[in-house]
Amino acid sequence: MKTAKFTVSALAIIAASASGAYARDQIQSAGSSTVLPYATIVAEAFGENFDFPTPVVESGGSGAGRKKLCEGVGENTIDIANSSSRIKQSDIDTCAANGVAEIMEVRIGYDGIVFASDINGAEFAFTPADWYNALAAEVVKDGALVANANKTWADANAALPAQDILAFIPGTKHGTREVFDVKVLEAGCKATGALEAFTAAAGGDEKEGAKKCLNLRTDGASVDIDGDYTETLSRIDANKNAIGVFGLSFYQNNTDKLKVATMDGVVPSVDSIASGDYPVSRPLYFYVKKAHLGVIPGLKEYIEFFVSDDMAGPEGPLAEYGLVSDPELAATQAMVAAETPMGPLN
Amino acid sequence: MTAESTNTGLSLYKTDARTKRRNAAEKRFRIYGMLAVGFGVLALIVLLTSVLGTGAGSFRQTFLTMPVALDAAALDKKGNRDPAEMAKVTTIGYQKILEKALIAELTEQKLIPEGMSTKDIGGLISKEAPAQLRNKVLANPDLVGQTISFRALANGRIDGYFKGRVTMESAALDSNVSPAQLELVDKMRGANLLGLGFNWGFVFDPDASELRPEAAGLGVAILGSLYMMIIVLVLSLPLGVAASIYLEEFAPTNRWTDLIEVNIANLAAVPSIVFGILGLAVFINFANMPQSSPLVGGLVLTLMTLPTIIIATRAALKAVPPSIKDAALGVGASKTQTVFHHVLPLAMPGILTGTIIGLAQALGETAPLLLIGMVAFVRDYPGAPPEGFLDPASALPVQVYNFTQRADPAFIERASGAIIVLLVFLLTMNILAIILRRRFERRW
Repeated sequence: MKTAKFTVSALAIIAASASGAYARDQIQSAGSSTVLPYATIVAEAFGENFDFPTPVVESGGSGAGRKKLCEGVGENTIDIANSSSRIKQSDIDTCAANGVAEIMEVRIGYDGIVFASDINGAEFAFTPADWYNALAAEVVKDGALVANANKTWADANAALPAQDILAFIPGTKHGTREVFDVKVLEAGCKATGALEAFTAAAGGDEKEGAKKCLNLRTDGASVDIDGDYTETLSRIDANKNAIGVFGLSFYQNNTDKLKVATMDGVVPSVDSIASGDYPVSRPLYFYVKKAHLGVIPGLKEYIEFFVSDDMAGPEGPLAEYGLVSDPELAATQAMVAAETPMGPLN
Repeated sequence: MTAESTNTGLSLYKTDARTKRRNAAEKRFRIYGMLAVGFGVLALIVLLTSVLGTGAGSFRQTFLTMPVALDAAALDKKGNRDPAEMAKVTTIGYQKILEKALIAELTEQKLIPEGMSTKDIGGLISKEAPAQLRNKVLANPDLVGQTISFRALANGRIDGYFKGRVTMESAALDSNVSPAQLELVDKMRGANLLGLGFNWGFVFDPDASELRPEAAGLGVAILGSLYMMIIVLVLSLPLGVAASIYLEEFAPTNRWTDLIEVNIANLAAVPSIVFGILGLAVFINFANMPQSSPLVGGLVLTLMTLPTIIIATRAALKAVPPSIKDAALGVGASKTQTVFHHVLPLAMPGILTGTIIGLAQALGETAPLLLIGMVAFVRDYPGAPPEGFLDPASALPVQVYNFTQRADPAFIERASGAIIVLLVFLLTMNILAIILRRRFERRW
């Protein structure tokens, strides 16, 4: 008890002296690990070329970042949340409840999600239906829903190599998983006719049917990776038969170790994603607490710099790293310059 | 065989079955022990060789040395050498200067291969180099207009080629480097334009983004760890020692002190992430302390280290023979005098050893820092204390974790290099603890 008393009183003294005199002069951001490399590239260039301190960029996941953003207004809360998925109504509600009334939504570009295997492995040409047939808990066989018994990719689609199904997909805390669920599993569910069967089984409730599409098999063929892409890469290194899900930028940094698969016949690249031909891509965002503009020095300059052509443009360093430049970047720049807060979600 | 031994069937020289069994058991036990030690040593060797093998490369880095003409027309248009005005030229402008300089040098040496683009040649230079050149010029505006010899970092892939991470075969598949570039690099090495040198930047420079792994260093992390250790030492040593002295020498033995004792022992075993959650709730959300600051990190680690220090200090105090205390009390010293004049000085080596081991433990901690925002990309050095305690900083183990998360393979080497630095610090602290114990410990 004595220790506790000592500690508490000592801490109270420090806290009192610290909080009174302190004013934060560097930008703080947190969130998605997919946006993190882009944010660090911009932060670094910002620190070099402007008279402001280099912003601090934390990782932790899209959801965690948005939650931190919505903790309240003040110097001990972050200014920017990086997010690889769009903000949710629940986040906006939390924000409003904590006094964060106005948020600016800034879309920085698009990111592709690629499917890749060991460089010396077989070639794969996937469709979402193949992935659904390979990984779903229940698939359609001869017109009826049965438990998934597909052992090899050839069982899922005769055109694929007869290689055992083993897929490393992002865990549920990742924003990437959301895109995988929607653009691959749900699309495949629909294409194979499983969605129809699920909907019929649920008595015509399509929402309930769509939910069933996301149930994955639990016999070890589909492995959730909660870590980063580096973990997926090392798991593939150990299991040469496996196929992993990566971000385009990660793949571009490791083209000597990974062989990328096509999706619907399209090879993923910055160009095919920008044109919309490659189906599995998603926008990347960051969210700015508008109340901090003008309070935290350099915040406005930083977000303007982030979406400037020098950074986020098609020739900029972000594109070089793997970001697919937003064709509507000029609109975003105008929005940032006018400090327009985001409207209600549609 | 003597008559006597035949009579009894016993001899000191002839081992009977039972003795044999006992001897065998003893031998077996020794072998088990040796195996256990051997297993530990083997694990250590495997760990050290893998870390040293991958990490040693980060202390050497490939540098390009070339003359760079600092064109006044590009860098200082108005020509009045005013750093504030010259700052308008961004690193993009300096990158062009460096590209131009490299091409000029290669042309002079007749090394430029047919059909290689400016971008490919410029790609040999690290993206950190323009920033370094810009800082150099802004610090000394008089350099503008001169031609200086500049040592630039080479791109991470080129560096990887010299360290064996990148080969001609892998470059053919790699989208970031081409075999043609590597051939050029080979020729440039022959012309002494580039080569490996010791990389002080790895120890002193701040972290860098994924586009320039070759520039990433541990400077901010080392400083952040140092600041946290200062806070931990300043807070936990007096608190821990005061608490231990009271509990050991003054507190009555009753249910309350028993309860406290159990709790302290329990706290020492609480997972460190719990202290991180506490730190977030108390120091950041309640006391409004700045995020990512060494102050908060130090306070959290203090809470974590206190039980270790208290337990070690109490053990050290207990080891002082009661006869010394009795003698002091016997000649009329008060209890406080006894403790501070006799017991505490004799227990000091043990206390210091415990403290250093506690600090070493705190130095290697990552989990609690995750929650208070220290697991972050921090590029600016924190200021000088005491204000610097409030600036954002990273920490050594955090930097290891950050490096392992990144896409560029060059960061694998950086992560192992950071582990080496961390191990060196831990080793130094533990050796210090052993020296203190050896030199000052008294045996009774």
